[in-house]
Amino acid sequence: MDINTLRGIFTLLALVAFIGVWVWAWSSKRERSFDEAANLPFADDDIDQHSKGVSHDSQ
Amino acid sequence: MDSQTTYNYKVVRQFTVMTVVWGIVGMLVGVFIAAELVWPQLGMGVPWLSFGRLRPLHTNAVIFAFGGSALFATSYYVVQRTCQARLFSDKLAAFTFWGWTLVIISAVITLPLGITTSKEYAELEWPIDILITVVWVSYAIVFFGTIMKRKVKHIYVANWFFGAFILTVAVLHVVNSAALPVSLTKSYSVYPGAIDAMVQWWYGHNAVGFFLTAGFLGMMYYFVPKQAGRPVYSYRLSVVHFWSLISTYMWAGPHHLHYTALPVWTQSLGMVFSLILLAPSWGGMINGIMTLSGAWHKLRDDPILKFMIVSLSFYGMSTFEGPMMAIKTVNALSHYTDWTIGHVHSGALGWVAMVSIGSIYFLIPKLFDREQMYSIKMIDWHFWMSTIGVVLYIVSMWIAGIMQGLMWRAVNDDGTLTYSFVESLQATYPYYFVRFLGGALFFSGMLLMAWNVTKTISGARPADTPVPQAA
Repeated sequence: MDINTLRGIFTLLALVAFIGVWVWAWSSKRERSFDEAANLPFADDDIDQHSKGVSHDSQ
Repeated sequence: MDSQTTYNYKVVRQFTVMTVVWGIVGMLVGVFIAAELVWPQLGMGVPWLSFGRLRPLHTNAVIFAFGGSALFATSYYVVQRTCQARLFSDKLAAFTFWGWTLVIISAVITLPLGITTSKEYAELEWPIDILITVVWVSYAIVFFGTIMKRKVKHIYVANWFFGAFILTVAVLHVVNSAALPVSLTKSYSVYPGAIDAMVQWWYGHNAVGFFLTAGFLGMMYYFVPKQAGRPVYSYRLSVVHFWSLISTYMWAGPHHLHYTALPVWTQSLGMVFSLILLAPSWGGMINGIMTLSGAWHKLRDDPILKFMIVSLSFYGMSTFEGPMMAIKTVNALSHYTDWTIGHVHSGALGWVAMVSIGSIYFLIPKLFDREQMYSIKMIDWHFWMSTIGVVLYIVSMWIAGIMQGLMWRAVNDDGTLTYSFVESLQATYPYYFVRFLGGALFFSGMLLMAWNVTKTISGARPADTPVPQAA
């Protein structure tokens, strides 16, 4: 096989992979789990409040 | 308290405080060498103080000591908080702190002595390179080990970026540092000629792409939502952002070698991938800035948020400028001029330093169990000093760079050069002075930060934040 055919196939595969990522990310099946993941930074919000309960001198 | 029920904040505290310290050291060296370009006698003929030896110290200190400490601190904090698990190993984490400190001290000693591999951003000689490798592998074990023991289902997107940064930097460092030692302080690269140049800039540009970009994007994906009080604008976009950014960056390195002995097709490949890179870069920037959509009013009175959002604006600016400069015909004008220096600092000061500073102002009160920083007004002052400092810096370097490029290429009717090199240098003097002022202003802002941090943590007790227990 000509090396250039191989290069062409690789470029096509890269394109398919790129479109695949878009399709995967925008699939409605993923929506709920993405929402969960997006809220992870806030999932443990209450613990900072916890430790704030202990008073100490503040400026 | 049982150590497994709290987060390991100790190592985060150590790296956070050292970020401020190394930031001041690295930027002071930067201001000094900027002054040397205005007043060449400043080094008084002492070899250790010469520009050629201090310049690599400046770049190593700001990238690896300041930026590196910021990345260690934030990645250790974010991975624990979003995985709801304590760090994988306290001992190994402590080793990464002390090991990294040893690497930095070795750099501070060897570089002014003139001990260097002469590879840009990889100047440290082979014994230090081995130490870096050991520390980095430990870092990877601590980070990925923590992800493996996570108590939540998902791996938050910030951890994807931190993870990519850690893995890639390991590969880059090991491949580019491959060398044959001839003595304790001297080694030669295993790669010959143009191949060595290509390996070096594959490393060099991915150091920008993964060390100075992916890692700091991880910071952005956690701290911008936290400070804005709302989840990231689009999680879907963050997935596409991640995969397209990491697969594109790998190929952009050859744009550092336009019009050199590198094969022309390789140069063109580097140029095309650099242009494509605009899309994922701006996708990430938009995702960060739009996180504030509907809450823009918060920018009015929250200087920490201002730091973060303005850093994203500088990120957008420099990732537009970068692809433009990678176009061969533009590069023919810009390469080897001070335009490049301006571009680097719009990314390094505007994006990397400012997003780190914002994140650290967020972190300090959390780590030392304070309500907030000692003085919010001082953060606002710091913000304006940094912003004006960066603008002075990059505008003066734009003017200087374009002027140099035009003077160097100007030819008379008979084909001889219109200007000698020294004439272009003389014309650059005023801009070197403005750049010095901009850098000094940015540096002074860091001193203000150090004061604010000291006042916040003095008398404070270290926070022992409990890991949430599964119900």
